[in-house]
Amino acid sequence: MRDVAIIGIGHTKFGRASNTLLELFSEAALQAIDDAGVDLKDIGAIFQGAALPGFEEGQVTPPGFSAAELNLSPIPATRYEGACASASIAIREAAMWVASGEYDVVLAGGVEKALSMGTLYATRTFAMACHAPTEGPVGLTFPGVFAMAARQYSKNYGISIDKLREKMAHVSIKNHRHGALNPLAQFYNKLGDLKVEDVINSRLVADPLTLLDCCPFSDGAAAIVLCSAEEARKYTDDPVYILGTGQGSGGPLSKMEDLTKPVSRISSARMAFKRAGLVPSDIEVLELHDCFTIAELIALESMGFFGWGEAADATVEGLTDLGGKIPVNMSGGLIGKGHPIGATGASQVYWLVKQMRGEAPKGIQINPVPEYGMTDTLGGDLGTLCHIILGRTKK
Amino acid sequence: MKEKEQEEMEKKYMVLTFAEYEEGLRNGKLLGLRCGSCKKITCHPMPVCQWCGGRSLERMELSGEGELTTFTVIRVPAEGFEDDAPYIPCLVKTREGPCVIGRLDYDAEQATQELIGKRVRMNGSYTYKGDKYSGGAHTCPVFEVAE
Repeated sequence: MRDVAIIGIGHTKFGRASNTLLELFSEAALQAIDDAGVDLKDIGAIFQGAALPGFEEGQVTPPGFSAAELNLSPIPATRYEGACASASIAIREAAMWVASGEYDVVLAGGVEKALSMGTLYATRTFAMACHAPTEGPVGLTFPGVFAMAARQYSKNYGISIDKLREKMAHVSIKNHRHGALNPLAQFYNKLGDLKVEDVINSRLVADPLTLLDCCPFSDGAAAIVLCSAEEARKYTDDPVYILGTGQGSGGPLSKMEDLTKPVSRISSARMAFKRAGLVPSDIEVLELHDCFTIAELIALESMGFFGWGEAADATVEGLTDLGGKIPVNMSGGLIGKGHPIGATGASQVYWLVKQMRGEAPKGIQINPVPEYGMTDTLGGDLGTLCHIILGRTKK
Repeated sequence: MKEKEQEEMEKKYMVLTFAEYEEGLRNGKLLGLRCGSCKKITCHPMPVCQWCGGRSLERMELSGEGELTTFTVIRVPAEGFEDDAPYIPCLVKTREGPCVIGRLDYDAEQATQELIGKRVRMNGSYTYKGDKYSGGAHTCPVFEVAE
């Protein structure tokens, strides 16, 4: 298998978009293609994440039409669906195909128009990524899933719900502070100075999670161009290499031993570390799946960055902020930057590459420029997990 | 040979289908499967044992009793559940071993963390009428606090 590099990146403004799904994806794709300096005709295949296009625009099988919009027909173009992890599994697959030698240069990314659906309908369609037979009739929602996880976290570690809500608030404060500095974020120049009281006093969505514990619904797209590592320097002086990836599957919530210790995530992260030959202490920047404040804590512990029950206090102490042990979600994460679900994994990779090129916006760039970064993307109620480890040098 | 082919064609892979499980719920019964290999109980039904993957399964009925392991109060519902809010999804670890998800029959305004760990028992079921995406109506168990 060949080593694989990222040579181009593209990212639309997250928030509300009037463009079609296909236009959004094309915008991110052309940015990435221009950034890479490749010709359109060099693209061998498209790997596209999209979770709910059929419900957003009545558009099934968008990748074929994306290929057509970019005048790339008839190259293979495939949709990957892993709910909120759709783009991450698309990128993982793209890397595998380039590594295999089947393609030299490919386009991967994702797109979603979730904000345009409105809260009620979006909540319904997102809940489709729950286990429909058992969790459907219960009326479970995604905030509901993580609210149940938060209560289990509280119970497991003897932290009262009121205390936990204060600790979780620090995730929202941090990620909104970062998002407010990111011009492509949904909350750019907004909510950058939240207080604990703002978060815990905002509207209850699913007890104990409030609106400010939740990421927003968002429209947006992100894309990257990948090629074989040996060709990368032909196109760019700053290739970023995919050092390892992992993927894991979960199941219905009722079959999980403990919602705060998802085996799908533990297994996926371990796979990625093993492939990269790295351990958590090697990683200098994380873009992880903070769909809810509690989700960031669970992710940090499941990936091995903190011990069980320790991520809450670590966050309060600033260990996950700039200058801390491991800066997390410098882009704003899903909470501050927005969460167009099918695009999120590609957005996470985009912001890691920005960090590793030293091109992140003022105030959220890590110095010195990080050598190794990692993404964590969660689809469904812990049903599909994917991790991608990036490095500025080949293994 | 012909007989064997016939047997294979008619082999049932689902000892307890989901529809039968839901029918049981509507009749006040929590149905599951006992594994011939590890003897553990699978509920809701699956084609293989949820613990060891064993394929020798037989139907059984659970007591409907267990312990509440977590819950939430949904304030912002999904489309189709507007009239239900606030309502309480919960996870219950049954006396027989497997966890099941259902609703808790309890005053949403009084539902606090102290509920976790309480003994609960199934006291009925809830049937969601379904929407155009749900493939018809579906049923989940409903639990009440037993202490």
